[in-house]
Amino acid sequence: MTGRETVLEVEDLTVSFPTEDGLVRAVRGVSYDLRQGEVLGIVGESGSGKSVTSMAVMGLLPGSAKVGGSVRFRGRELIGAPDKEMRSIRGGRIAMVFQDPMTSLNPVYPVGDQIAEAVRAHNDVSAAAARERAVELLAMMQIPRPRERARDYPHEFSGGMRQRVVIATAMANDPDVIIADEPTTALDVTVQAQVLRALETARAATDAAMVLITHDLGVVAGTADRVLVMYAGRPVELGSVDDIYYEPRMPYTLGLIGSLPRLDNARRGDRLIPITGSPPSLLELPPGCPFAPRCPMRQENCETAEPELLAASTADHLAACHFSADLEGRRPEDVFAQTSVDNAGGAR
Amino acid sequence: MSDDTEVAIRRTSNRPAAVVVRQRSQAELVLRRFLRHKAAVISLVLFVGVILLAFVGGALWRYDYADITSAPSVPPSFEHPFGTDNLGHDTFAQVLRGTQRSIEIALLIAFLAGLVGTLWGAFSGYYRGITDSVMMRFVDLVLTLPLLAVAAVLTRATSGSWWFVALVIAALQWAYVARVVRGVVLSLREKEYIEASRALGATDRWIIFRHVIPNALGPIIVNVTILVAAAILVETALSFLGLGVQPPDTSLGLLVSEAGTAVSTRPWLFYFPGVFIVVIALTINFIGDGLRDAFDPTQRKVRA
Repeated sequence: MTGRETVLEVEDLTVSFPTEDGLVRAVRGVSYDLRQGEVLGIVGESGSGKSVTSMAVMGLLPGSAKVGGSVRFRGRELIGAPDKEMRSIRGGRIAMVFQDPMTSLNPVYPVGDQIAEAVRAHNDVSAAAARERAVELLAMMQIPRPRERARDYPHEFSGGMRQRVVIATAMANDPDVIIADEPTTALDVTVQAQVLRALETARAATDAAMVLITHDLGVVAGTADRVLVMYAGRPVELGSVDDIYYEPRMPYTLGLIGSLPRLDNARRGDRLIPITGSPPSLLELPPGCPFAPRCPMRQENCETAEPELLAASTADHLAACHFSADLEGRRPEDVFAQTSVDNAGGAR
Repeated sequence: MSDDTEVAIRRTSNRPAAVVVRQRSQAELVLRRFLRHKAAVISLVLFVGVILLAFVGGALWRYDYADITSAPSVPPSFEHPFGTDNLGHDTFAQVLRGTQRSIEIALLIAFLAGLVGTLWGAFSGYYRGITDSVMMRFVDLVLTLPLLAVAAVLTRATSGSWWFVALVIAALQWAYVARVVRGVVLSLREKEYIEASRALGATDRWIIFRHVIPNALGPIIVNVTILVAAAILVETALSFLGLGVQPPDTSLGLLVSEAGTAVSTRPWLFYFPGVFIVVIALTINFIGDGLRDAFDPTQRKVRA
């Protein structure tokens, strides 16, 4: 992957929403690069700023949101770009796959028309040619009898098929970047793999870079090249999939891995190790590391100074923890052992 | 919709197994639910009957509404089913003519008010914020204008032809439609497919016309139907007060008004147009009721 052209550069992106209770700082400085053909997984729990980050990249945040920092697509600055320029990039160069295929298709039009609409929004082609392209895309997405199915309405498709229609729409204009915002969350586990395969097909066919937003670490492990872990609006760890899974250097990442049910090296009687507590309010973040209140390793300076995102095991593996060096070789059950015992009685 | 599922599955049982279970299309569901509303179906048949009678029957009937026959003030008979007035006008011909005018006026009002109200409400609800505030305050203003006073001033100042009456009423009625449409659009604009369309680079106007309005069509149709009934009554009221359609043309309201002094002596002049007004207003209201139920997907009960 290295050596390929960088298509998307996000630098110190910040997003905040003014509310009646004060300023909600949803994203507090996210930076990442995306190279052509690469898959970047963004993981984190609800409210960690994953979706807001990508909505900011697309320029789809409501007008009240305050966006700072820089997003460059092939060198063009997108933050503050005129609406007309953004429209040509949206759907054309950067496409998006939404979470819920039940609601992201318009119920009153046949799916073929909706894909054709995407084609025609960015290409000067006839309606017939656009429809032809729609059928072609449906076929690529393994929709059986695509020509007939193109005339069917969204409610005549299953959830997995609908999501494949959405993916077909996203790849309609041969984009350079596909942002998939929790594409499998609303689906049954059985069709998740199918949809992930469809996403991979779309990515390979367009040679696009992909941002895969999810809170499912299993999905990321199987699909992504690199992983960005977010917590309370900030990236807390960034590295290759192997770095993140085998050598996490941030207690939060370690906790996430520990709380994941695994079929491979599980032993009988193993309990999942939860991370106690819940994420902090983004309204009034305390100084220091936002994870500190839940962190079993916290020490005094964790509550006063927020750690920088610094190189950890290798130069490309970054972690935001004062004690990332101490985590080398530690397993989730070692670090979170105390809390798991506390909760053993009430655990599932 | 659960009671449709069983039927839907039965319908698909002879299809290839690879196909997902087919649900009914939206149009089928709407039609099915409408047909279940018996009052609405009967009303629709009756309403279509009245329209045919007025437009086809009016052209075929042996008298024209302006004809003056040699038999003034006769009660209903085989020759004059609804009798005649003191000048010898055939009341049946006049009622048919009045029905034509009233229906034409009502449909024109519904069309104009529906169109303007839909666009106004859709743009207002879609853009929200300051645009919404300004547009909706204007709607509030229109809603405060007293219909009779405005109509009195405007129709007196002009010739009072039927389409002008319709125009005046429409200019005051669209605001009701705009309010309803805005409300619907406010919730529609948050739907993910709107967001998805924006993520595809669609312009606001494209989204409004292609995604927002088609999805708001259910409530719009229902409101416009109810507007038709209201428009018939408003036109009747205006004509009754002498502010609507002017003689020699006639409408149902005008006929009732002219016969107002003759209720006790020649009741047929009053009651026949009156019955037509009631029948038209009632049937359209029931049709609107049936449409509202048909377009409401949460409606499952079988209506009497």
